[in-house]
Amino acid sequence: MVVVALVVFGLLRLTPGDPAAVIAGDYATPDDVAKIRAKLGLDQPLPVQLSLWFGNVLRGDLGTSIFSGLPVTTLIKQRIEPTVALAALTMVIAITLAVPLGVLAAWKQGTWIDRTVMVFAVSGFSMPVFWLGFLLVWVFAVQLGWLPVQGYSPLSRGLWPFLRQLILPALTLGFVYVALITRMTRASMLSVLREDYIRTAHAKGLPPAVVLLRHALKNAGLPVVTIIGVGVALLIGGVVVTESVFALPGIGRLTVDAILRRDYPVIQAVILMVSGVYVLINLAIDLLYLVLDPRIRY
Amino acid sequence: MAAIASDVVFEGPVGRRRARVFARRNLTLVAGSVVLLLLALSAVAAPLWTSRDPQAMSPSVRLKAPSAERPFGTDHFGRDVFARTLYGGRISLRVGVIVALLALTTGTGIGLLSGYSRRLDSVVMRVVDGLMAIPSILLALALMALVRASVETVIAALVVPEIPRVVRVVRAQVLTLREQTMVEGARAIGAGTARVLLRYILPALVAPLIVQGTHICASAILVESYLSFLGAGTPPHIPSWGNIMAEGRTYVQLGVWIILFPGLFLMLTVLSINLIGDGLRDLLKV
Repeated sequence: MVVVALVVFGLLRLTPGDPAAVIAGDYATPDDVAKIRAKLGLDQPLPVQLSLWFGNVLRGDLGTSIFSGLPVTTLIKQRIEPTVALAALTMVIAITLAVPLGVLAAWKQGTWIDRTVMVFAVSGFSMPVFWLGFLLVWVFAVQLGWLPVQGYSPLSRGLWPFLRQLILPALTLGFVYVALITRMTRASMLSVLREDYIRTAHAKGLPPAVVLLRHALKNAGLPVVTIIGVGVALLIGGVVVTESVFALPGIGRLTVDAILRRDYPVIQAVILMVSGVYVLINLAIDLLYLVLDPRIRY
Repeated sequence: MAAIASDVVFEGPVGRRRARVFARRNLTLVAGSVVLLLLALSAVAAPLWTSRDPQAMSPSVRLKAPSAERPFGTDHFGRDVFARTLYGGRISLRVGVIVALLALTTGTGIGLLSGYSRRLDSVVMRVVDGLMAIPSILLALALMALVRASVETVIAALVVPEIPRVVRVVRAQVLTLREQTMVEGARAIGAGTARVLLRYILPALVAPLIVQGTHICASAILVESYLSFLGAGTPPHIPSWGNIMAEGRTYVQLGVWIILFPGLFLMLTVLSINLIGDGLRDLLKV
């Protein structure tokens, strides 16, 4: 995390571009620019800026947005609900779709079912998320009129409008994720299905469904859980794009706007937070291994 | 690779049967290559397929649906979407290939050195871990915000997030390879570090790197379209699949074809590159 913070800080400061000049506008005198720079603390030497920022981050203060003048923590709080809702719904949809598909493909290995599922899975991460999003909007919102085109309705205004707004974005974003998890589930199931105990289970006369789900899937679970964690990075990238397509007022929109306006404190805070979430989720998954596989001990 | 090329000769009647067997065993590889070849040809030979200028505006035929005369319709300036899609392929494919080559060469260089020198390794790996924790789209986007948009800067912004992935693969391989007897033997006969790295370790890396390269190429083409879509990609006067779609987004309700066809081409391209990657992985047993 410290390294991420350093990298982000270094990257943003060592490259040309002066936010003070951008804020001051075209008609500002060099004096105005200098005043703004002093107010933002940008006139301090880099190590001083860095240590100030670090100290503040440790105290939970992520700084103040250069453009809106609001504390970054407030901005993030305002924007977090749609993002978390979208990510959570996407995960739920993706896992409930992908795991059965992967199991099915592994069970019917080599048949046309398997091949269809795999082509579907490869195409899943071969298409741009926003393109899929627009096509879904065109079909379901414009042509059929079943769902709203864009926008967001907070959970506090009722569950149904909330879900109606989120279903298309979540499907869009979920597609990539489905592809990833399906592939992993299939591969993992295939290697487990070759094990001796699976043959034993079949020989005992257990119904195929029981063998598949109770004996095989349980043991094929670890790599699948791992890829779900790794996929979070993909999910975060996708959230940024999906929020733009569906005009959701989330963290992704905040980041893109901040980046395009060089709002350093916001960019630093968001990237730090996002990387932190990523690391935490993967830590949680490491701990989950203990539950899934009693043989693993730390 | 050399070994594969030498035992597969597709000439004469026996060769033709061999080719068929090869194609059946490596269905994904062959199918991917054929599709990609067609797409690359359509981009390179764009002037042969359409006589229209991808940038020529004709306001009288704005937002026309696809027809026999204009197979992909026209956009909001009356530009021909078919011509734009073909020419756009040139930029997108070029970006993908150059990004893959640059990321592979720099990544391999860094990975070789870091795998071989313990002192360098700890520093390099910390930076790599740090970079990997940042989602690549965000990183590329942040880089693009710092420079003026051009095809070269887009390529640079796409290369940076990919390098750590290559470094990881290379380093992991070097770590196992350097303990092998062949390396010990080479040292014993007096080979220097550079010679060991280049003549003994690098050749063993070729297969995994080729596979990695196809995935980088595919993802670069995708991420370029994301950058364009978010307004930080290839400048608007150069049509790439990404920014054709980015411009068409406001007109989804009036002309879905503006965004549909470039996206379809992009998807087919990335799909075929991914299939080639998967096929090569099976073929080269990586």
